Amino acid sequence: MYAFDIERPTSIADAVAALAKEDAQALAGGQTLIPTLKQRLAMPSVLVSLSGIAEIRGVCKDDAGLLCIGGGTTHGTVAKEAVAHYPGLAELAAHIGDPAVRNRGTIGGSLANNDPSACYPAAALASGATILTNTREIAADDYFQGMFTTALEEGEIVTEVKFPIPQSSCYMKFEQPASRFALVGVFVAKFADGVKVAVTGASNNGVFRWSEAEAALSSDFSASALEGMSLSADDMIADMHGTAAYRAHLVAVMTRRAVSAAK
Amino acid sequence: MPKDSATGTGIGASTKRREDVRFLTGNGNYTDDINVHGQAYVHFLRSDVAHGRINGIDTSAAEGMPGVVRIFTGKDFEGIGGLPCGWQVTDKHGEVMKEPGHPVLAQGKVRHVGDPVAAVVADSLAEARDAAEAIILDIEELPAAVNMKAALEPDAPKVHDDLSDNLCYDWGFVEENKGAVDEAIKNAAHVTTLELINNRLVANPMEPRVAVADWNRSNDEYTLYTTSQNPHVIRLLMGAFVLGIPEHKLRVVAPDVGGGFGTKIFHYAEEAFCTFAAKACKRPVKWTSTRSEAFMSDAHGRDHVTKIELALDKDNNFTAIRTETLANMGAYLSTFAPSVPTWLHGTLMAGNYKTPNIYVNVKAVFTNTVPVDAYRGAGRPEATYQLERVIDMAARELGVDPIALRRQNFITEFPYATPVAVEYDTGNYPATMDKLEEIADLAGFDARRKESEAKGKLRGLGVNCYIEACGIAPSNLVGQLGARAGLYESATVRVNATGSISVMTGSHSHGQGHETAFPQVVAEMLGIDASMIDIVHGDTARGPMGMGTYGSRSLAVGGSAMVRATEKIINKAKKIAAHLMEASEGDIELKNGQFTVAGTDKSVAWGDVTLAAYVPHNYPLDDIEPGLEETAFYDPSNFTYPSGAYACEVELDPETGKVTVERFSAADDFGNIINPMIVSGQVHGGIAQGIGQALLENCIYDENGQLLSASYMDYAMPRADDVPFYAVDHSCQTPCTHNPLGVKGCGEAGAIGSPPSVINAVIDALQSGGHKVAHLDMPASPSRVWAAMQG
Repeated sequence: MYAFDIERPTSIADAVAALAKEDAQALAGGQTLIPTLKQRLAMPSVLVSLSGIAEIRGVCKDDAGLLCIGGGTTHGTVAKEAVAHYPGLAELAAHIGDPAVRNRGTIGGSLANNDPSACYPAAALASGATILTNTREIAADDYFQGMFTTALEEGEIVTEVKFPIPQSSCYMKFEQPASRFALVGVFVAKFADGVKVAVTGASNNGVFRWSEAEAALSSDFSASALEGMSLSADDMIADMHGTAAYRAHLVAVMTRRAVSAAK
Repeated sequence: MPKDSATGTGIGASTKRREDVRFLTGNGNYTDDINVHGQAYVHFLRSDVAHGRINGIDTSAAEGMPGVVRIFTGKDFEGIGGLPCGWQVTDKHGEVMKEPGHPVLAQGKVRHVGDPVAAVVADSLAEARDAAEAIILDIEELPAAVNMKAALEPDAPKVHDDLSDNLCYDWGFVEENKGAVDEAIKNAAHVTTLELINNRLVANPMEPRVAVADWNRSNDEYTLYTTSQNPHVIRLLMGAFVLGIPEHKLRVVAPDVGGGFGTKIFHYAEEAFCTFAAKACKRPVKWTSTRSEAFMSDAHGRDHVTKIELALDKDNNFTAIRTETLANMGAYLSTFAPSVPTWLHGTLMAGNYKTPNIYVNVKAVFTNTVPVDAYRGAGRPEATYQLERVIDMAARELGVDPIALRRQNFITEFPYATPVAVEYDTGNYPATMDKLEEIADLAGFDARRKESEAKGKLRGLGVNCYIEACGIAPSNLVGQLGARAGLYESATVRVNATGSISVMTGSHSHGQGHETAFPQVVAEMLGIDASMIDIVHGDTARGPMGMGTYGSRSLAVGGSAMVRATEKIINKAKKIAAHLMEASEGDIELKNGQFTVAGTDKSVAWGDVTLAAYVPHNYPLDDIEPGLEETAFYDPSNFTYPSGAYACEVELDPETGKVTVERFSAADDFGNIINPMIVSGQVHGGIAQGIGQALLENCIYDENGQLLSASYMDYAMPRADDVPFYAVDHSCQTPCTHNPLGVKGCGEAGAIGSPPSVINAVIDALQSGGHKVAHLDMPASPSRVWAAMQG
């Protein structure tokens, strides 16, 4: 690490003010940022820890029936507290990383980082979630803009994520053998007005919706509705853990399995 | 050796590991726990290119940075020895291998990613890193030799400019066999040919390497604390060959070491650097490897490309084996690298089978990659893998049962002289196979396959045998084979006045449980409780010259030295007891810690005798000296030959290609066993590493020599949920015939014996699903398995 100052604001307003400093960097759970700092791959002058801000933590259901999760809520908390409302989402949170990761990592941090192999982006996109920041509300479809790229502006903080709750859902993750991030992860969410399918881990463009599968599943929510359906491998990630063709194949397999297991 | 222990803590007792108390409560004393007053810290600036010419190193800006004590480059080591190689292989033409220099810090060229170019010593690690970033390197990148075949082409980039090419040696073994082997293959009824890759691995001990060096200005003595499996060997190599420090001025301490797996045998640049710099800076100097550095500076393992041919007659008897292997040496010769693909590999090619004609050819190749050296099993896993894979393939081609084919060709008479220069003293291969069939419930496999198929999964069964040569080794023999070291072991048994005992052993425990198992042997011999005995190891100042722990040698060689020293103790103690009881020495018996006179009721206790030895008021001073301390050096007369039969059952998800190990069974013959629980633990760990190699681990470089699998994000280590509960059995025991304990060694067996059964099982699963896949290289990762299924 390089030397840096740390600030621990207790309100969003103070955090925003701190982030206005030159080369300031928000620190959520630190599950990506801390290893990056240890490798000396980032050199912030000030780290603004968001972990002391009580108003961005917690899980509740609002009057509109949306599941509201504070941006600073850890995966471990979501796994426990969302289970009664949105079991598919809780299950996803329960299988991110290991217990140490789940007790530090936060939903806001994950969505702000938008790692192409992260799990939460698939849930947000498939749920049609709304990402709330200190300045505005952003629809998931507008939020994810490619690998490690989001609609967030400099200094903007994810304060809350509002999830419409589907009738049934399931996240199926095929783990990369070394990191156990998603080699391919598929979140399927069935709503009264249609089905959404979001895919993480697979594409060079980050998380995406598989519209062809959505259309088929919206008329027939069964694995057999996906028979013979495949994705092009053109834009898929290829690395030592799998070719583009393998990832494209896995998307179809994981989608079928998610549909079969959805509840 | 008697097997019933009077105290319940002797031979055969599954005593809990006493060292685990400190390990599990965070009280271990590892090298990184050692801090010397006033120490400075070193950060190594390492090459980020695989191959390059050093045109300049500008340290001027860095020199003046805060906290900097001194900056070193290769120039500071001119005239100082390079890292030595401990084994010289002679090739098939009678020429000695090429042996390029291995400077402590790069001189002239960098030859792999991670090659240390400069070292910054500073008051703090952060300051050392800051200053290292201010060093301006002018390195002209050169084309890299990465792939072994390409590296042997005439126009390949040369790793070492002063060598004619990248071929280290071309070894033929046994050269005199070659004609008969070629003839037998020509005349065979069937020949099975298999080309395979034994994947490069990174050892990844839990504790990364650390070195702390101190120099005493008052007496010119050095102390090096280092993460080593053999501190005496490091003292000799570094003192005599690199820095010119005589042994009596150099103490090397290897305290608690958190796993070695071979990679901590070798003498590394960083420990030589710290020792050198401690005097140059007149400050203790400490280095702690990061995990990232470990990936690019710890010696890697395996990395063979092999073609093996197995010839059979019309009755399916093996008639000949011929192999051609390319073995990667990396950029420099690590301490024992040349021995691994030759004497630790070619000599094992007979396996458990009476094949009359065997010829092994190995070309060792320099490449712009991290040096490759011994890793758990070292050469023997490579031999076992190719042999047991080609036998399985032959069985499939011939349509015969793979177990029956093995049984038909088993060696059954001992001693057995193989065509590859070793003589197995004992073994019972049918018995281990019988035991395997029982513990693996092979009879129930078909039913389990049906259950898997009902779930949409494929199920495969893979079986293999293995033999290994352990207890290395007879010094005069390995000397003829090119070893530049003796491979005896030492022990000093120091009996204290009140009867407690310290045993100084040259073996080093870094996970093997010596502190528990070794006292069991001495306790058994003396009939006293093992709690009265402590093992002292890992410090050149505290015990006689010893050769350390690797090659599953500690009990077979180090334990034997301990037995010999304890026998001397018993002989002397009997003389003292005879004097105390006014009896003839020949009538003295020692049992349950009591000396008695045969045929009488006279007795003296162990403690009476030990006290008399140190308070010799009533003592035969005319005949023997006071004191009770004896040293023995034991040099084995042969290797030991543990063997076994392993079975793996996998389930394969045909939609994703993911393979899971559902059952794993191991029937081993380790000869006599001191602590069965520790033996089981060693087998468990070895199998986990073997499953890791077979399904998960892969060290990959790109064509430019960049290490792609450089962290745990991409290098897949086996985790608890990657392995099943094992069925292990070591009740088949044919005791070693030539060491006093009848023991063979168990440390490497699991890692040697498990990869072929895993791959054999994967192939079986694929074939059961109608996929005509004859071979799949390790690791059988989901993507590879799926690709193989696509044809």
